[in-house]
Amino acid sequence: MTLCKTIGSPTAAIMSDKQNQRPGGVIMGSSVLATLLLGVALLVPQAVGAAEIDTGDTAWILTSTALVLFMTLPGLALFYSGLVRSRNVLSVLMQCFSIACMASIVWMVCGYSLFATDGGGMQAFIGGLGKSFLAGVGPDSVEGTIPETVFIMFQMTFAIITPALIVGGFAERMRFSSMFLFATLWLLIVYVPVAHGVWGGGWLADLGFMDFAGGAVVHINAGVAALVAALVMGNRKGFPRTPMPPHNLPMTVMGAGMLWVGWFGFNAGSAIAADGAAGMAMLATHIGAAAGSLAWMFREWIRYGKPSVLGIVTGMVAGLGTITPASGFVGPGGALAIGIAGGLVCFSATQMIKRRFEIDDSLDVFPVHGVGGFLGILLTGVFAAPGLGVFSGLGLPDGATMGSQLGVQALGAVATLAWCGFATFIILKIVDALSDLRISGDEETEGLDIVLHDEQGYNL
Amino acid sequence: MKLITAIIKPFRLDDVRNALNEEGVHGMTVIEVKGFGRQRGHTELYRGAEYVVDFLPKSKIEVAVDDERVEQVIEAIIKAAKTGKVGDGKIFVTNLEQSIRIRTGETGDDAL
Repeated sequence: MTLCKTIGSPTAAIMSDKQNQRPGGVIMGSSVLATLLLGVALLVPQAVGAAEIDTGDTAWILTSTALVLFMTLPGLALFYSGLVRSRNVLSVLMQCFSIACMASIVWMVCGYSLFATDGGGMQAFIGGLGKSFLAGVGPDSVEGTIPETVFIMFQMTFAIITPALIVGGFAERMRFSSMFLFATLWLLIVYVPVAHGVWGGGWLADLGFMDFAGGAVVHINAGVAALVAALVMGNRKGFPRTPMPPHNLPMTVMGAGMLWVGWFGFNAGSAIAADGAAGMAMLATHIGAAAGSLAWMFREWIRYGKPSVLGIVTGMVAGLGTITPASGFVGPGGALAIGIAGGLVCFSATQMIKRRFEIDDSLDVFPVHGVGGFLGILLTGVFAAPGLGVFSGLGLPDGATMGSQLGVQALGAVATLAWCGFATFIILKIVDALSDLRISGDEETEGLDIVLHDEQGYNL
Repeated sequence: MKLITAIIKPFRLDDVRNALNEEGVHGMTVIEVKGFGRQRGHTELYRGAEYVVDFLPKSKIEVAVDDERVEQVIEAIIKAAKTGKVGDGKIFVTNLEQSIRIRTGETGDDAL
């Protein structure tokens, strides 16, 4: 996200070290000196202004951070827990909640440092450990035009929601301890390197890979991990013949509404500024969501005869996931096209995974997020291009053509898919060896809430 | 004394209650139940996953009446619960050996 405004310029992400020593940061004790420096600042505003905190930018990213956390808690937690059977409702809420806490601590301990700092010889793939435990970060640390504390928090909310999205792939059958260990390892081994590669000045950033708010980093990653988890763990007992209907669709619709609103922080916040780019990203995001919802609704209406509530909200998530990588690079026309494509393609992918392949990706994370993210990454290369009339975007990186950019986009998407798929498989095998991934068949019948948490969601 | 058990469509419950009230029946027990008869179930579809739901929600009413009123109570229930479509429900009549009002200890017809 740091790089969104300066594609191909990896230095943008790794500039905070220098800024920590900027003059403004060390003079708080002396009001005389401060007045003197203020005078200097007024005389040469540009020299100091480059590293100044912009209060407007800061206010918006503070707000966006809250919005993106709100996507996970309670947005995604409600969205997911309404989709499972009533005996597993708490287990899903617990998984989302505990992942949010775990990811926050991991981000503080070393996640942020590995994401954002210079990794030296390994810089292409991973950052360094210089800011472990957020060493040296204070109220005066600056990242771009916002306090580094705010930047850390904003990025942290992305590290929270990405592993939480995977929960949908293994819902209703995974042991809590295994889930917790898996999510922790996955965050460090899969999420952090991919995020660094794309946004932290790594190899994909160097190539000019365009992923505004996380089509690859968040959605391909989470979708592929969910699919691999579903395959490694196997189907839920009785799938696909036993009915497993959602136990509370109103809860799911409430969660979906929260996701939509939160996504404004996710995408428009990824501009890391309160400016025209953020405004355009919000517009594109909203159009993508509405178009995806309607595309799914009409497709389902034609295919099965009735428009469903679960269908329209799933289309919304598909549209949003698909527009995410493109949101800061395309115009309203491109957003409309991408949203429609997201709704239609993700609908077909869901039917295929569930009905044709009979893979129990329980809450359809891969066909919605994985496929949507992949499609969005590719379409970014198309609709970012100028000269498409009403579908024109805001421009490709310097020297890139639509063809060359599509190549870069495909490379980044496939590389993310490959690394995520491989690493997720290995992590699951390790966790399985340490503590079984699945609960027993009897326990699955009884429900995770009672078996793993000694609680029930509904004591009616 | 007879026990009349009627299984009806839930949305006709208020009509049945009112009709029985007019017949002078001032007490009943209502239970939410699930089941199927000739109406069979319906299909539910979630993101393309299709489930046939066999058991439909119904309301079960239990009314105890004295022997003279059995026929008129049955008629009242039928009139209020009938929509003419499959799935309107059923009425069962069984003999009732005894009834006791707990508060007063009254028995038989006096307890109804």
